[in-house]
Amino acid sequence: MAMQFYASPEQVQRDRSEYARKGIARGRSAVVLTYEGGVLLVAENLTSLRKISELYDRIGFAAVGRYNEFESLRRAGVRMADLNGLAYDRRDVTGRALANAYTQTLGAIFSETQKPYEVEICVAQVGTSPEADELYRITYDGSVQDEPGFMAMGGSAEAISTVLKSRHDVAADLQTALALAVEGLASVGGENGTPRTLGASQLEVAVLDRSRKGRTFRRISGAALTTLLEGGKDEPEKEVGEAGDVAPPAPAEDKPTVSAASVDLEGKPEADPAKPADDTNGDGS
Amino acid sequence: MAAGFDPSGRLPDVFTNAGTSSFTQFLSQAAPELLPGRRPLPPGMAADIAPHGTTIVAIATAEGVVMAGDRRATMGNLIASRDIEKVHPADAYSLIGIAGTAGIGIELMRIFQVELEHYEKIEGAMLSLDGKANRLAAMVRGNLGAAMQGLAVVPLFAGFDLSPSDPSKVGRIFSFDVAGGLYEETGYDAIGSGSLFAKSALKKRYRPGVSTQDAIRLAVEALYDAADDDTATGGPDLTRKIYPVVMTATADSTHRLTEAEINAVAEQVVAGRMENPGG
Repeated sequence: MAMQFYASPEQVQRDRSEYARKGIARGRSAVVLTYEGGVLLVAENLTSLRKISELYDRIGFAAVGRYNEFESLRRAGVRMADLNGLAYDRRDVTGRALANAYTQTLGAIFSETQKPYEVEICVAQVGTSPEADELYRITYDGSVQDEPGFMAMGGSAEAISTVLKSRHDVAADLQTALALAVEGLASVGGENGTPRTLGASQLEVAVLDRSRKGRTFRRISGAALTTLLEGGKDEPEKEVGEAGDVAPPAPAEDKPTVSAASVDLEGKPEADPAKPADDTNGDGS
Repeated sequence: MAAGFDPSGRLPDVFTNAGTSSFTQFLSQAAPELLPGRRPLPPGMAADIAPHGTTIVAIATAEGVVMAGDRRATMGNLIASRDIEKVHPADAYSLIGIAGTAGIGIELMRIFQVELEHYEKIEGAMLSLDGKANRLAAMVRGNLGAAMQGLAVVPLFAGFDLSPSDPSKVGRIFSFDVAGGLYEETGYDAIGSGSLFAKSALKKRYRPGVSTQDAIRLAVEALYDAADDDTATGGPDLTRKIYPVVMTATADSTHRLTEAEINAVAEQVVAGRMENPGG
């Protein structure tokens, strides 16, 4: 029988922590901060895979680290929120309960499995005033912190936090808050310590809008984001219902809803009277 | 939390796995007792133990759909409720109305609303209108056992199609049967005990491409006709100011007519019937 080398629990924990921290530090960062009109969530993200998402009416989610790991946590959060909202009432779903479930889950994963999750997440809940906003930072080992109005996660979170700390103002408007968040994200990762320039295509931006009723989560992207980054006002775009941020469904195919067959089977190609019936190649051959 | 408790304190696997984007499928694993149709029922007929919701009408318009429901729920020969609300938004672009056993209908509607929102949040995209209708059909089918014991519920589903195959058909209506059969209706449809009379009224008055304003009037007229001939359907209650719930779904979103808006329409309809009771 092979002898196992003894490793002290402290050593095991340290190794796991170091592994998780390294994984998180490799990724791009995200910033969450409160402003006058709600909570602003900004992530540096070049892909269409989301780092920021809606959990419930007044609760948002932001994460950095490994995508597959925080995506499974995000799903769990949406499921837990929707289950509790249905079983009790929509008002009874709170950011704190979700943060608690996340710390328990990440804590258990950290201490029980070989590989800890390489993620850091934020659960943000918008309140009636900036003072009532709640930001919870939950780290890979399950520890949780209640952050004072702003937080940075991922890559060089400390440096970004320094930028945010000096200038964060709860009375700022969206434009100012976004400028600060982007300045923070851009302050790291440049060559020789020079700040970078981040455009709309490199950012994923969403707000929990304090003034909205019901689902407060709203993504800001495309032209609206460019305008906002250039210092323009946030145009509250045409309200598309209460749905907030979802993409519309794909174009419809002309076949009966009750049929599960594909449209090429179900569609009845009609003979076009303008075309000769035998023109099968479409080029007269 | 309804799901089994994990001694480690972490959320059970059913919460974190990638399996499904459907809330009902998730419920069936995490909290099956919250799904109607999963509960064992004692044998025998149970049709008379709970209130029944009655008539709902839906009309496709040039801009989307209009759905209206009367406010009555009955238990046998008694009126169980005179201000029940049986028409609700399913999501930002679609409406659901329920007829049949009120309790199960409301539960079905609540789960369906969460189902649509849940999919949006998990996938970041909205279901197609056909997808929503198919999902609702599956949920109705799940209630078949209870339906056979008298606790039947049949919804009416209608919505604004964000990506229609024919741009002139943005408003679409789907009806169901207790076995989960799904039928797309053309122009208008009605469900519930007074539906026969409501549909007859609509058959004579409905014209394709009707405006939303006119369709609202049509819907209230149809409910009036249903109430005229069906004891289980409530007409406009002028003494208590209880009028039908009328909702629209258009490109903007779903909208429930305000008290003032519906008062005006209902009073016009009643005034018209004062002169000509047959409408």
